[in-house]
Amino acid sequence: MIEAHQLTKRYGEKTAVDQLDFVVKPGTVTGFLGPNGAGKSTTMRMIVGLDAPSSGSVSVNGRRYAQHSAPLQEVGALLEAKSIHPGRSAFDHLMAQAHTHGIPRRRVDEVIELTGLRSVAKKRAGAFSLGMGQRLGIAAALLGDPATIMLDEPVNGLDPEGVLWIRNLLTGLAADGRTVFVSSHLMSEMALVADHLIIVGRGRLLADTTVQDLVRKAGGDTVTVASDQSARLREVLAGPGVEITGEIGSEELHVTGLSARAIGLKAAEHGIPLFELSSRTVSLEQAFMDLTRDAVEYHATTTVEAPGRAA
Amino acid sequence: MSTITVTDSSAPAPVRTERPQYKVTGRRVLRSEWAKLWSLRSTWITLGLGLLFLIAFGVIAAAHYKSELNSGRPLRPDEVGATTLSLSLFGTNFAQLALGVLGVLVTAGEYSTGMIRSTLAAVPRRLPVLWSKAAVFGLVALAVATLGVFIAFPIAGGILSGTRAHLTLSDSGVVRGLLGAGLYLGLVGVIGTALGALLRSVAGGIAVLVATLMLVPGLISLLPTSWQDNISPYLPSNAGESMFALTHDSTALSPAAGLLVFLGWTALALAGAAYRLVRTDA
Repeated sequence: MIEAHQLTKRYGEKTAVDQLDFVVKPGTVTGFLGPNGAGKSTTMRMIVGLDAPSSGSVSVNGRRYAQHSAPLQEVGALLEAKSIHPGRSAFDHLMAQAHTHGIPRRRVDEVIELTGLRSVAKKRAGAFSLGMGQRLGIAAALLGDPATIMLDEPVNGLDPEGVLWIRNLLTGLAADGRTVFVSSHLMSEMALVADHLIIVGRGRLLADTTVQDLVRKAGGDTVTVASDQSARLREVLAGPGVEITGEIGSEELHVTGLSARAIGLKAAEHGIPLFELSSRTVSLEQAFMDLTRDAVEYHATTTVEAPGRAA
Repeated sequence: MSTITVTDSSAPAPVRTERPQYKVTGRRVLRSEWAKLWSLRSTWITLGLGLLFLIAFGVIAAAHYKSELNSGRPLRPDEVGATTLSLSLFGTNFAQLALGVLGVLVTAGEYSTGMIRSTLAAVPRRLPVLWSKAAVFGLVALAVATLGVFIAFPIAGGILSGTRAHLTLSDSGVVRGLLGAGLYLGLVGVIGTALGALLRSVAGGIAVLVATLMLVPGLISLLPTSWQDNISPYLPSNAGESMFALTHDSTALSPAAGLLVFLGWTALALAGAAYRLVRTDA
């Protein structure tokens, strides 16, 4: 359980994280989404106490991270930047981390095995590929067998095999009943693994929602149906979980919660003629971009200024 | 203790009820820093260099002195009062660089590589990390330096036997001087770790270390003489030298006073490092 209250981080003039309130609930995969520069990494650094909040607070399982007697047992974190000494072997790195908590060597061997690092465990970590480095970071995060795992952009720069590995890892961790908090700027990646989404832009909370809700709010999975008996059709289709909108007197209705197939069958059952029946799905990517459009730090401007403005 | 398996996602298991009781303790942080120190090749190389400097330069200085004596030419003024002790400790000037630089690397190296994020994630209270690094490296530097001077001294003594500079371990002040040199170099190591943690930059830490130990004494000589006499004995390098010098002129501090002053400088550097470590983001 991670709880942020009015969490704020300012660097001089710039506010990187702006009064964030959120809760990462236990036993879920929570995606932390936002464009680059939205404050995701800074938030994660504040969770594990690497950065101190300018104001507000964030707690892990009820306490500040630093107040736990065995922090690695509370949260295992993979931060975006490399957090190893390149001259040290993977095994020595993990062992040094383990020593601080009295974690036995057996557990170090376990996480090496689990992350598939056995063959390179005695090699200098500086010579690791990006994917191997990521595995080492995950091995370190799992070392304390924590109930909460936090990963900052874990798939960034990985090849497809690495991406798949991370994806399986996340679902495996969640199936184990662990809380997983994972950041990304890729909605499509999140949609595959996350139950819950916390979306930020320019340090502010834009949405705290589920994948389904996000799609629904963005007008996704809507079926447009047209009939001259729209009032009757409305009655026929009404039911729990079904939402019908449409202007009074208009022939067109927008239905969410029912598939086009189900609508067609019901209409036929009641002898209602349909003039149009089409479903429209808004991609998650589109929903995300609509939400963060105003919060993207650097826009690529493709529009040309309207002519006629005298210089 | 059950463990997770990444590929097997069947049968979601509840989070373990019986979990091992891990806990961060000061002793364990020490153990971790000890393991970190010895798991880097640079440690072995630099400590080896420090040891080599201490022994080789001490022996070379003794041999040089003896050949000067035998040549019949008048001795240089700084060689007139030379003893086996002062000649065998000639290498401390060089060894202090090796040990001080390694001290800087122990802390600043973690910032330049990003290792500090792992370190502070494991020990988020932070200060135990600084104390452990300083203690582990200080003791290692002390051990290496003491070993070095106790090897260099008898070899130099053998070379110088029969000359007027000859001293043995049983002569008054010799053992104190050798132990003082070991202690001085151990504390230089601690100052290195403190400067590294304070400046968070390998280059910056080394620059300040070299400036403090080697350049500042030279700059002080530009001051008026009356000021020099008041300031000079308290400089880290001169206070440290008082710890292992056999004879002390009127302006120099006594060995005990030198030790106290040098400890003061060490404490100051550590206090600065502790302040920065606790107050600023990693």
